[in-house]
This record gives sequence, C-alpha cells and structure tokens, in this order.
Amino acid sequence: MTRYIIKRFVLLIIIIIFVSVVTFFLVHLLPGNPTDTILGPNSTPQNVATLNKQLGLNKPLWQQYFIWIGHVFQGNLGQSYTTHQSTTSIIAQSFPIDLELIIFSQIIAFAIAFPMAMKSARKPNHLFDQASNSTTFAFLALPPFVIAPVLVLIFAVHWHVFPGPASYVPINQDFWSNIHTMLLPSIVLALGGIVVYFRLLRNDLISTLQEDFITMARSKGLTDRRIMWRHALRPSSISLLASAGVTIGGLIAGTFIVELLLQMPGLGYQLISAVNQDDYTVVQGITLFVAVAIVLINFIFDFLFTIVDPRIARE
Amino acid sequence: MSSVNLTTPTNEAFADIKGEIEAEAAADPTKKKLGVLFWICAGWIVLVALAAIFANLLPLPNPDLGNYNSAQNAGPGWGHLLGTDDLYRDIFSRLIYGARVSLVVGFGGALIALLVGGIPAMISAYRRGRIDTLLNTSSYVVLAFPAIVAVIAIVSFWGKSLFKITLVIGLFAAPLVFRVVRASTLSYATRDFVLAAKALGASDTRILSREILPNIMPTIVSFGLIAVATIIVLEGSLAFLGLSVAPPTPSWGNMLNEGSSLLTGAKGQTNPWLVIFPASAMFLLLISLNVVADKLRTYFDVSEIKL
Repeated sequence: MTRYIIKRFVLLIIIIIFVSVVTFFLVHLLPGNPTDTILGPNSTPQNVATLNKQLGLNKPLWQQYFIWIGHVFQGNLGQSYTTHQSTTSIIAQSFPIDLELIIFSQIIAFAIAFPMAMKSARKPNHLFDQASNSTTFAFLALPPFVIAPVLVLIFAVHWHVFPGPASYVPINQDFWSNIHTMLLPSIVLALGGIVVYFRLLRNDLISTLQEDFITMARSKGLTDRRIMWRHALRPSSISLLASAGVTIGGLIAGTFIVELLLQMPGLGYQLISAVNQDDYTVVQGITLFVAVAIVLINFIFDFLFTIVDPRIARE
Repeated sequence: MSSVNLTTPTNEAFADIKGEIEAEAAADPTKKKLGVLFWICAGWIVLVALAAIFANLLPLPNPDLGNYNSAQNAGPGWGHLLGTDDLYRDIFSRLIYGARVSLVVGFGGALIALLVGGIPAMISAYRRGRIDTLLNTSSYVVLAFPAIVAVIAIVSFWGKSLFKITLVIGLFAAPLVFRVVRASTLSYATRDFVLAAKALGASDTRILSREILPNIMPTIVSFGLIAVATIIVLEGSLAFLGLSVAPPTPSWGNMLNEGSSLLTGAKGQTNPWLVIFPASAMFLLLISLNVVADKLRTYFDVSEIKL
C-alpha cells in the first residue's frame, strides 16, 4: 500500500515536471516571438534588444525555464501584455466559474445516471434498459459544441426558459439568477458524465445482483428496493466513483465551449481571448494551471480510491 | 465479509465453465450478424466521404462566396436546398465542403496516431524489458496532459492550417492508441502459436506482422473508429473556439460558431438553420462512427480492454 502510494507520488512529480516543461517550451520553441507581439509595429532592433533584456529572453532557454519555475512557485505567473493584470488574479477571478460549472454538471449527471442505472439493472435487456442504453449511446454523439448551441436555440431563444448569452451574474451578486444562468451549460456538460456513470453503474449492478449475498437478502424476504439501496448500490459504485476523476478532466473542453458560447468569463473564455490577442504569458499561465489542476484531480481520486478499495493497490 | 470468502472459490470454479460456454456461444456462426443499423451507418459514412471527395464535381454553388442575388439567411427551399447563411452562402454546399475538414482531420489524425502509437506499442509489448517500462510510463505522463489545452496552446502559437491541426491532434492521440494496442498485443504475445512460430525460427518482424497483427486487427479497427470520432470532436471544438481552419473555408465547427453568434439576434439577424444543419450533420456522422465501431467490436467479440 505505502509502496503503491509512493510510486503514484513519484509519477505525479514526473507528470507535473513534464507538464511545466511542455507549457514553457511551447511558447518559446514555436515560431512567433513574444517581443514582436508586444512591440508590434514599433519594433526597432534597439527596442527589441531592450525588451529582450527586460523579459530575460536573452538568457539561455534552460535558465529562463528555471527563472520562470521559480516565479511560478511564488505564485507569479506573469502579467498580461494587454490589460497589465496579473495572470494569477485573472485565474483567481475566473476559476470559480469553472468550478461551479463542474460541480453543477456532476450533480446533474449523478442525479440522472443513478436512478436510470438502478432501474435498468433490475431488468436487464428489457424495454427501459434498452431505451436508456440507446439514449445514452446517442449522448456520445452530442459533444458540447454540438448540443450547446441547439439547447440555447430551443430553451433560451425560442422558449425563453433560460437566459441567453452574456447574462452571467456572479454568485455573490445574485444567487438565484446565477443558478439560473448556470443550469443550461451544466446540463450540456452533464451529458458526457451521464453516459459514463450510467454504463459503469448498470454493468456493476448487474454483476452484483447475481452475487450470493443478494440471493441471501432476497430469501430473507427483503424488498427489491431495500436490496438495491442497502446491499447492491455500495459495492457497485466504486468503479463509477473512481472514473469521476477522469470524467472531470474530460469536461474541460466542454467548459471552454459553453463559456465562449454564453460569454461567461471563466478560464476557457480568458484563455481564448488571450490566444486571440497573442497574450502569451496569460496563455502559458492558464495552460499550466489547468493542466496541473487536472493532473492533481486525477491523483486525488486515485488516492482516495486506494483507501476506499485497497485491492487497487495490490494489482 | 465472511460470505465473500465462502463464495469466492465457487465463483472462480464457475467462471471457468461460464467462460467456456460463452466462448462456444460466441463461436457459433449463426449468432454473428452485423445488422441493418450497421449497414445504414456505414453507408452514411461512405456517402459523406464520397460527397466530400467529389464536392468539386457536384453541381454546388461556391461555398466560400455568397451569391448576392439570393436571399440572406433563407430557410430551406428549392434554390438553396438547406438555405443560405448571413453572407448569402449556400449552407448545403458549405456542409459538404466542411465535411472535408472533419474527415481529413479525423481519419488523418487517427492514421498518424496509429503509426506513431501503434507500431512502437506492438514492438514494446512483444519485446518487454526496460524500453517497454519507459514507453509505458511516458504514455501515462503524456496522457495526463489534457489534450484540448495542449492543442489550443500549440495551434495558437504555431498556426491553424489543416495539416498542422491534423498532425498535432494525431500526435496527442498517439499515447492512447499506444495503450490500447499494447494491451491487446500483450494478450497474444505469450500464446502458443507465437511460441510455435518462434520455435520454427520466424523473425520478430514476421511474428509481429503475420502472427500477432491479424489477431489484434479487430481491436485496432474498432478502436481506430472511436479514435476518429474523438478526433473529429476535438477538431470541432477547436473550430467552435475559432482555432481551426480559418474562415471562409467551411468546417462544421466554424459553421456552428457562426450560427451561434447569430442565435440571439445580437448582430441584428437570426438564423436557426445555421445551428440546426451543422449540428445534425455532426451528430449523424458521430453516431454512425460509434455504431459501426460498436457493432464491429461485438461482431469480432473483442472484450473491452482495461486501460
């Protein structure tokens, strides 16, 4: 167990170093020069030299990397060239929006996937099971950039059930209208999770329901409902919960899409605007933050489920 | 947990018998059918591909240039089958030319991923040793990096040409292909027929290409199609974010982006068709790819490989 955790931890460190190296060299090795971008038409050889010195771009690349990493550890991810805001404060402002989207979408996904899987597993291959299998299969072909505009068209433009784009309200300003604006994007993001959670839970429930202790519970005369909730659900939900880390990591593309579509100033929105303005420090900072956050989420979920289910560590 | 201890040995004993029965049932040729749905979906993919390839030969209006004699944002009708967009361009024509982007990136990216990820995976899983451990760990490390973020960053600094996008997405899909191909090669590498070939003095290249490859081919094909669908989604997301091929070249993702910007009438005009048609096109292509992959997987009885 301890060995397994140490192994995972070493892997985590390697991954984070890899992520930071990639993020750093992405900006520096690819064509397109930050100095040119900042100076634009005002660039003279003299200007370029001064700015290069100012930004430390005249030093060897590996030194620049260590200087950059040193700043990162002090919480300094550089400054935007267009708004002169620090990247750290941009992240601090926009990250709560992504967090809220992710939490809401996961609540919705669980609320739909759990009852659906429980009903399906009770009678596998019957009508309800087949219907929910095909429905979730169709969800696979509805990535956020396809379903989000359609749902906005139907529910925001046509029926006015949900507010349309650019109506985001911060949660500390008006709680209920914030929830109202968050619902539509959260539903979009929930679809991907529903597929994964439904399938895992359904399959695990079906195999659990064939175990002897379920037969035992049945022969004691317990009701189906009680067997499902008290005896079958808990042993069947481990692989589902273990997959939640990966699923949350996969949500990131979706959050970018809904943020851009509904103009919510989350991380994705900031990243794309920074990309469009060639604001390379902000791109670098947000890329590093998102990548490390996803790596950490995966690690934490992995770690939690070694504690819940020690069999994982023994494999 | 005493009940678990009691039941475990019996379950294991039964699992063997159950496995044999299942294997027999799976080997029964009468049970194997691809079904009508498979052929409809496969037909749709072929149709879209043919239309995209021969788009130049079809009697279609120019997809990049509007005809200012037609109506703006028109609905479906005879002049323009699926209507026109805000720049008077024919939506049907743009959809067909836009399919090129999805298909080139999807199949091209999957091919790159198969070459870059699949071939090392077979060799690494067959030879084992230090290199295998190293490659396996590296694939974990690269997979941990969220592809969309990396691709956004790379594409934004490097450029948005079709070739570059295909290459970058293909390379980021490679570790995933590596894991799948490695897992399925491993399951055949120690089989008796491989041992027999080795005993007869067959070279490694021959064993890999003639003994192992035909056996893992079903997995490669069905997983390859899933990879195509995943890559198409990734490209579509990029295009929606304005980071794929530049307008006026149509792609389904950038059409959806244009359609969404017209949704609320913020630009003084609305066109729901510019959302409905590209979204339906994308949905139909993706569901077809998924159905074909899924049916092939059950047809060849490839059990889902745990990654």
